[in-house]
Amino acid sequence: MKPALRINKMAAPFLTALVLMIVIPSAAQDWIKTGTGLGVERVRIAVPDFKASSQDPRNSELLRTFNDTLWNDLNNAGIFELVSKSFYPLGQVGAPADVKFETWSAPPPNTAMLVFGNLAANANNVIVQGWLDDVKNTANPQVLAKQYTDVANAQQVRIIAHKFADEIIFRLGGGINGIAETQIYYVNARGGHKEIWAMDYDGANQHPITTLGTISLSPHISPDGSRLAFSSFNGSNWEIRMFSFDLNRMVSFPRFSGTNTSPSWSPDGSKLAFSSSRSGDNEIYIVDQSGGNLHRITNSRGPDVSPSWNRKTGSELAWVSGRTGLPRIYTMGADGTNVQQMIDQGYGVSPAWSPNGQFLVFSWMRHYGAGAPGSEDIYIMDIANKQWVQLTHDGGRNDFPSWSPDGRHIVFQSNRSGSLQIWTMLADGTNQKQLTTSGNNSEPDWSWK
Amino acid sequence: MKQLTMRSSALVFALGGILFLGACHKKQPPPPPPPPPPPAAPTASLTASPDTVDKGQSTTLTWQTSNATDVSIDGIGAVQPSGTQQVTPAESTTYTLNAKGAGGTQSATARVTVNAPPPPPAPTTTSSMTDEQMFAQNVKDIYFDYDKSDMRGDQQSVIQADAAFLQQHPNMSFTVEGHCDERGSTEYNLALGDSRASAVKNALVAAGVSADRVKTTSLGKERPFCTESNESCWQQNRRGHFVYSK
Repeated sequence: MKPALRINKMAAPFLTALVLMIVIPSAAQDWIKTGTGLGVERVRIAVPDFKASSQDPRNSELLRTFNDTLWNDLNNAGIFELVSKSFYPLGQVGAPADVKFETWSAPPPNTAMLVFGNLAANANNVIVQGWLDDVKNTANPQVLAKQYTDVANAQQVRIIAHKFADEIIFRLGGGINGIAETQIYYVNARGGHKEIWAMDYDGANQHPITTLGTISLSPHISPDGSRLAFSSFNGSNWEIRMFSFDLNRMVSFPRFSGTNTSPSWSPDGSKLAFSSSRSGDNEIYIVDQSGGNLHRITNSRGPDVSPSWNRKTGSELAWVSGRTGLPRIYTMGADGTNVQQMIDQGYGVSPAWSPNGQFLVFSWMRHYGAGAPGSEDIYIMDIANKQWVQLTHDGGRNDFPSWSPDGRHIVFQSNRSGSLQIWTMLADGTNQKQLTTSGNNSEPDWSWK
Repeated sequence: MKQLTMRSSALVFALGGILFLGACHKKQPPPPPPPPPPPAAPTASLTASPDTVDKGQSTTLTWQTSNATDVSIDGIGAVQPSGTQQVTPAESTTYTLNAKGAGGTQSATARVTVNAPPPPPAPTTTSSMTDEQMFAQNVKDIYFDYDKSDMRGDQQSVIQADAAFLQQHPNMSFTVEGHCDERGSTEYNLALGDSRASAVKNALVAAGVSADRVKTTSLGKERPFCTESNESCWQQNRRGHFVYSK
C-alpha cells in the first residue's frame, strides 16, 4: 500500500480503478445476502449453556451434547452473530427468574436476544425447557417458550436441540424455516462400489441407504422426503432407480434403454426430469413420478444432462448442454421452448435452481483451455440479469452444488482437502465447512424440508 | 500458496515420470548441474503421448519449463516455455528439450518408438486360441480427444482394422464401453462416454458390421484404466473399449 501514499496525476486513474475493484465485489455480495435472506446485518444473540434441573448423573453428558448442538445450529444459520461466552455475566440462567435484562442488554454482551433454559434427565426421559427473550424489550421480553420430552439419549437430545434451534430461526429469520432438522443425501465410494448415503445437515449420523453393490450416482430426494431417485449401473446400462423411505426398500421404476442419469424432481413431486440416450443421443426427458407419460423436451446434437427445475414455479428447467462443443448452462420452459444460454465462456456444469426461484448455482471452469489454471469453482448467478459471483476460491475442483431449503446454504463436493469430500457454505460463500472425512464422498443433495 | 505447492508437486511428479521413462529406455537424462545459489535453476519436463506409434501416425509432445529464458527442442527449434506439439517421426526418435536460463541449463528427453507397419492379419486358423482371446488381440480400442466424441483422424485405420476382423468373425457379439478422463462432472462424462460408444458403433456399422452385434454403454469416469492426473493417463482413459460378449 506504500505507493498509494505518493499520489500523482498518473496514478490517480489507476487508484480510482483499484478502489472500484474493491468496492464492486462487496456490492455484489449485498445482492446475494438480501436475495438469499441472509440479511446484511446479523442479530446479536447470546446462548448461555443450559442448566441441569435434576440430580441425574446423565445430565452433564446430555447437556454437553445439547449445548454444542444448539450453539452450532444457531451459529450455522447465517443470520446471527453469536455473542462470545466470555462476555456473559456470571451465574447460570436456567429459568426466566434468573434473567437480569440489563446485564445482557448492556455492554459487554450488548445482546439483542437471549436463549436460555434447563435440562433434566429422570427415569427414562429427558425434559428440556427453553426460552427466547428480547432483552431490550423488558416490558414484554418473552418471544418463545418451549418444553420437549423424549428418551434420554444423545441422539434424542440432539434432535431436541435441532427443533428448538429451528423454532428460534423461524421467529427471528423472517419466517423462513430453519434447516437444523434437514438431511443431506450423497454418494459414498468404498471398496470399488458407490452407494447412496445420508447424514444430518451438520455431518452427524452418516449412514448408508442403498446396498446394491454397483455404482449408484446422482441421488435426489423427493420434495416430501418419501422417495429417493438416483441413477445406477445394472451391469450393462444406467437406469433410474427409486428407493422408498415409507417401505424402507427399493421400489420399481420403468427401465429405459440407453444411459439414463441425473434425475430431478419437480417441486410438486409429480414429475421427474432426467437425461436419457434411449433415442441415441443424451437428451432431457420428463416422466411422471409413476414412470408414465415419458416425453422428450430437448433435441440437439451433443450431451444434454443434469436438469434442475425452477423450485419456485416448477415451469422452467436449467440444464447442461454440450451443443456448442463444451458443456454450458442453459434454461428453458418445461415444454422445451424459450432456450436461454446462461454462460458464454468456459466449462459449466451441475446447475441447481434456488428455492426462491431467483438464483442458479453451478460449477464453472471459467478460464478454460490450454494454459488456463483449470480450477473449478462454485458460482451463484442472478437469473434475471445473469450477474454472477464466484463463491469458492480455495483451489481444487468444486462441483455439484445443492441448495438448503432455506436458500441460505449450499452443499457441494470438493477435492481441495486432497480427497473428494462434502462441504457446506453460506450462499454468499462464507463459512465453508467440511462435513465428511472418510472414503470419497460426492454429489450431495439437500432435502427439501 | 496451495496452488504453488500443487504445481511444484506436479513438477516433481513429472520429473519423476521422466526418470522412469528414461530408465525404461536406458537413456538417463544428464544429471542436473549444481544450481548456482542466486538465480533459480531452470526445470524442464517433456513427455510424448502416446510414446509408441505405428509408422505414419503422429504423437503429441507436451513440455513444461520454469526459470528458463531460452527453450528449444532438438529437431524442432525454439519453442514456448511450455506447450504441446504434434510430431510424426519416421522412425524411433528421442526428443530433447533444452531449457537455458540465468540459473543454468536443464534438459529433458522423451523417446517415441515407431513400430514398423503391422504385419498382415495372422491366419484365423490358430485353433489354440479361443474366440475371446482372438477378439482381445485383434480388436483395438479407439481413442478420443478431450471433450470430443467424434472419430479422430489417426483412429480411422484402427477402426477399419477392427471392422475387417469383425467381418471375418460374424458370430462374435460385443459391447463398446465409452470411457472419459477424470476432468469434468460425473453426469456430463456419462453422456460423453455414451456419445463415444455410439460413435464407435456407428463407424463399425458404416464399415459393414451388423448393428445387432454391437451393444453400447457408458462408464463415464467411473472405471478409469489409469488413475494418475496427467495427460498421458487422461488419454488412456478417453476411449471406446471393446468387451467380448459371445
